[in-house]
Amino acid sequence: MTTIAERQAALVERFGKIEDWEERYSEIIRLGRSLPEFPEDQRTERNKVKGCQSQVWMHAALEDGRVEFLADSDAAIVRGLIAILLELYSGEPPQSILAAPPSFIDELGLGSHLSQNRANGLSAMLKQMKLYATAFQALAQRK
Amino acid sequence: MKPEHLDVEAVRAQFPILQREVNGRPLIFLDSAATSLKPQAVVDTIAKFYAEEYATVRRGVYSLSQEATARYEGVRAQAARFLGAEDPDEIVFVRGVTEAMNLVAYSYGRSVLGPGDEVLITEMEHHANIVPWQIVCKETKATIKVVSFDDSGQLDLDEIRRKITERTKIVSVVHVSNALGTVNPVAEITRMARAKGAVAIVDGAQSTPHIPLDVQSLGADFFACSGHKMFGPTGVGLLYGRKELLASMPPWMGGGEMIDKVTFEETTFDDPPHRFEAGTPPIAQVIGLGAAMTWIEELGRPSIAAHEHALLAYATRAIQALPGVRIVGTAPMKAGILAFTLDGIHPFDIGTLLDEQGIAIRVGHHCAQPVMRHYGVPATARASFGPYNNEGDIDGFIEGLRKVQRMMA
Repeated sequence: MTTIAERQAALVERFGKIEDWEERYSEIIRLGRSLPEFPEDQRTERNKVKGCQSQVWMHAALEDGRVEFLADSDAAIVRGLIAILLELYSGEPPQSILAAPPSFIDELGLGSHLSQNRANGLSAMLKQMKLYATAFQALAQRK
Repeated sequence: MKPEHLDVEAVRAQFPILQREVNGRPLIFLDSAATSLKPQAVVDTIAKFYAEEYATVRRGVYSLSQEATARYEGVRAQAARFLGAEDPDEIVFVRGVTEAMNLVAYSYGRSVLGPGDEVLITEMEHHANIVPWQIVCKETKATIKVVSFDDSGQLDLDEIRRKITERTKIVSVVHVSNALGTVNPVAEITRMARAKGAVAIVDGAQSTPHIPLDVQSLGADFFACSGHKMFGPTGVGLLYGRKELLASMPPWMGGGEMIDKVTFEETTFDDPPHRFEAGTPPIAQVIGLGAAMTWIEELGRPSIAAHEHALLAYATRAIQALPGVRIVGTAPMKAGILAFTLDGIHPFDIGTLLDEQGIAIRVGHHCAQPVMRHYGVPATARASFGPYNNEGDIDGFIEGLRKVQRMMA
């Protein structure tokens, strides 16, 4: 089992090697195609992530102390970004998710432009994941 | 008379931003319907005003302030001529169409609407011409009635005629749809409204910078436009209101320089338009808007309209050569707005991959979600044109779309 930091390093290496913007996007879109199917009954207004210019749905459940995320978007690039976020965070305990540095988007090597573009909702999705982690952590502490 | 041919290269030379590279490519700017670029003349006027002429307006006894006030009020007179108003006092400086619509809804709407009264709008309105009416109608127990459009993006005049009744107090319609490009037959609609005693409001955000118009022949009781879409600065716009209507309206914001006399018991208010301009106004922006209107008049609105119409026709032809394209809004009368979808590709992906090629278009719901619902899409992509766009921009845009389709295949 790898850590978030290790998986992040692998992604940085993977994207760092791609010079060309077209290939970088093709890679992101390819990742999005491998995203696990999102359960239709979770495709609700409540599960929509606000602050994205495409539609993004996210669902999270705590299983054996680990947060299992599921998410989907109707835009291909955003699906790819979701695949990256899930690869990094899904299946991790809440405290690991919360401990991951906020600067990670910049370090991912997706290209500064893609990381800074607020419209793609990357930061909104990350915020939502951290919110889930905070909620699950609070829940666990109450028990 | 045939409008004078627009020398697009001479126009482009006045927009330094067009020399920029974006993501390593020369900028192709196709988002004028969201906001227009600014010619050097406007930038220079604002800079010079701040550097050499700046002072407050309508408050100073000193010469500098008197000069600034004369310029500020001079732009009001210029705006009245520009929109075809009878009197400069019919022009209120606002932040833009959104504020104008809120002003009319809160001030005029709230004082005339009551239970059972109706406000008629259309399915293609921008949220700025929906939400203020919803708020005021909820408060006054009035009802909003909505006129639909057909799949080409045209309003049904018979439906409008049927829906304007004795209960209709306000008819508020968009002149040119920002999401479809449709030029609505506003003069006919305002005629129907006034025949039934309703007040007619026209949202001129998209029409004012691009087609010749005047509020008299449009038959508008109120008319609004935004400076930043008219090659002018952000934060300023115009509200035209017929004199007797403005005079009948209570202020909607209180503050400085909109009053006649203030005691703690009671305040009496200044006459329009100053009654509606509380606080220090956007002075430099107003001066900049004056320069923008001068710039538009020098190019000539008929020439701008003809140029953009030719670009729209060129782009419409070119985009139809792409597979899986659907143009959203195919009314025979359109301004320079081309909204579309590509089969199997989300508009967000289109916008992002075009941006990587230096091409700026708008994607999303365009603050007109009812229009998206009409077509059953969450969003569209939209290219919109200005006098500084040329056929090369369109060619680059189409080439960019081909690349998007290759990448997403």
